Amino acid sequence: MDTQFKSIDEILAVLPKLQEGARGIQETLIANLIMLSEIPAPTFEEAERIKLFLQRMLECGLQNVSTDEAGNGVGIIPGTDPVRNILLVAHADSVYSGKVDHTISVFTDEIIGPGVADNGLGMAVLATLPTLLEVLGIQFNSNLVLIGSTKGLGSGNLDGLRFFMDNNRLPFDAGICIEGAQLGRLSYTAEGMFRGNITCTLPEELEWQRVGENSAIIALNDVINRILEIPIPRRPKTSIVLGAVRGGKSYNVMATTSNLRFEVRSESSEMVSQIRRYIDDLVADIASKYNAKIEFNVVSSREPGGIDVGHPLVKNCRQVMEQLELTPKIFPSMSEVSELISRGLPAVTLGLTEAIHLHDLNETIRIQPIYKGLAQLLAVLFSIDGGFCNESE
Amino acid sequence: MNLNDWIKHNTIHHSQFWDIKKLVEEKEKQGLKISLCLPTLNEEKTIGKEIIMFKSELMDRYPLLDEIAVIDSGSSDNTCEIAATFGADVYLSSDILPQYGEKKGKGENLWKAVYELTGDIIVYVDADIKNIHPRFAYGLVAPLIYRPEVHYVKAFYDRPLAFSQGVRPSGGGRVTEILVRPLFSLFFPDLTGLIQPLSGEYAVRREVLDRIPFPIGYGVETSHLIDVYEKWGLEAIAQVDLDQRVHRNQETRDLGKMAFGILRTFLSRAKALGVIGDLPELNTLLRQFQVKDETFEQIAFEIIEEERPPMIEISEYREKIGRGK
Repeated sequence: MDTQFKSIDEILAVLPKLQEGARGIQETLIANLIMLSEIPAPTFEEAERIKLFLQRMLECGLQNVSTDEAGNGVGIIPGTDPVRNILLVAHADSVYSGKVDHTISVFTDEIIGPGVADNGLGMAVLATLPTLLEVLGIQFNSNLVLIGSTKGLGSGNLDGLRFFMDNNRLPFDAGICIEGAQLGRLSYTAEGMFRGNITCTLPEELEWQRVGENSAIIALNDVINRILEIPIPRRPKTSIVLGAVRGGKSYNVMATTSNLRFEVRSESSEMVSQIRRYIDDLVADIASKYNAKIEFNVVSSREPGGIDVGHPLVKNCRQVMEQLELTPKIFPSMSEVSELISRGLPAVTLGLTEAIHLHDLNETIRIQPIYKGLAQLLAVLFSIDGGFCNESE
Repeated sequence: MNLNDWIKHNTIHHSQFWDIKKLVEEKEKQGLKISLCLPTLNEEKTIGKEIIMFKSELMDRYPLLDEIAVIDSGSSDNTCEIAATFGADVYLSSDILPQYGEKKGKGENLWKAVYELTGDIIVYVDADIKNIHPRFAYGLVAPLIYRPEVHYVKAFYDRPLAFSQGVRPSGGGRVTEILVRPLFSLFFPDLTGLIQPLSGEYAVRREVLDRIPFPIGYGVETSHLIDVYEKWGLEAIAQVDLDQRVHRNQETRDLGKMAFGILRTFLSRAKALGVIGDLPELNTLLRQFQVKDETFEQIAFEIIEEERPPMIEISEYREKIGRGK
């Protein structure tokens, strides 16, 4: 197809054709999705999934396919006149342990299984992109750099993408982060954030007589109460999420360890720092009260930032979505896009389809909306490739 | 070929056939046509995935398969709808050769596939495999493409999850080890070399398939092996290690029915081949126990192992393929 567009309107006009044409790769896409998703890839253990990702790109005839020291899988679809380089990122890791049954089931319009949405579909779309372009007869002027990034979630702290960006020599013009869900998602800002672990450890030789007075759970309860007392301003928008609590062994055994995982987010990096200092202080205070060892570790953090709502990349994404009758769901992100934005690269996160039961064992995606998601992705790529996302324009 | 030689030469790991491109080149050079048959009965949870994987990898990417067909026994779930959605040719078993009536059983679907499908090689893959992978088809077809003397390739699955070194047990499932292997040891010792004789995945040349009878029930795999062995010899059979197969587990009671059916088929074949002498008329009722209100009671299941004749004896088939008996 003719891919030399003179305006964003011309790109919007081919959306129905892109959507229809994308159906031609249904089997390849779903097969890639199944094979990638069925390889367990908890954070730090993505190597096998990346190996398949690279193999799929090699089978498509891509020449520049490699892995780096951080284990990222990288492939390049060369452009015909590569004055621009566009980065496409899908995180390879998933929230599921390797012990979970990763079997995927396919129904008429649904695919069900751990990680099909987050982020099996994102990886599969990257692995299938060379085939999609070939089937639709699309050639971009720009180089498309595809990266399946490792160590993205939780304590991975985006280390894979960070390593790639630190060591990559190509100057990128824009980045698109691809997530399986939800179609209509548009993230172009990042909140400041840190994720913390607080672990309370009491000596093993606790006395029966003192049951009720002293326990790692009671100490942690105190920590939680004190965190909840932290004054949270409405502006800048700030929140504390208490994500997970673990502790103790059984009904009648005094708990000697307990653990809290939480996340602090704010539009202001100063507010994030202030809350971090506050938690440092309250942890020290409670440790002395209980004669316990209470450790507070920050496992990952992000700086706030983003591109402006009026940035041409954002405007074009919105136009594409509206043309596809999608209502843009705009919210800040903690994921890969935050890393790209923090480096001054105009970047967005896009979702590909509708999903339910996210992060449950029966995570489910719909098949039909994927074609709309693919049309959206191609249209945004066309708009970057054509220079319609440059701020100066 | 003695059994040890056979095990050494005809037991192959699928990884030997990783180069599918080369396999397709060889297939095209020989002008072969290959059909994949998936016999189904209420397999909506797994059928879509199987078709997608085979179609994407072994039709679109590497044109190894010329045809993917589902032969359904009358599923009451969405098996047929899902299969058609993802591009398989879907046939109701009862619609094929209807003038010969309708019998219930997987063997019936396999037999009718010989009439309906067009391949020179037919590869059968059960539709309940959870960890489906293209190797389940190309691994079985490859020995037939590379080795003209091989006519029948059977799958087996052997991938230890963790093992250091030395000797470890290997073999088939409960019915194989308790029933089939002892029977083979007694009457067809050469066939004991098959590690999993009951596996539902195998690839066969048409000229073999249309010359053997098909029991319609549990005994079809056992019967095939005996017939192929008797007519073409052990060297015509090969077995391929496909690593691991994940499927739903069967209750012991269901395995009892399976064993009953296999035993009936085995005895019939052994008698027909003169391996054993006269037998009394075999009962068709399997009796099992259940306890109701603290009282033991017997339940009887009728398991009839009917048999379809070699397809070559069917005139409509001979007409279709333009070949005589």
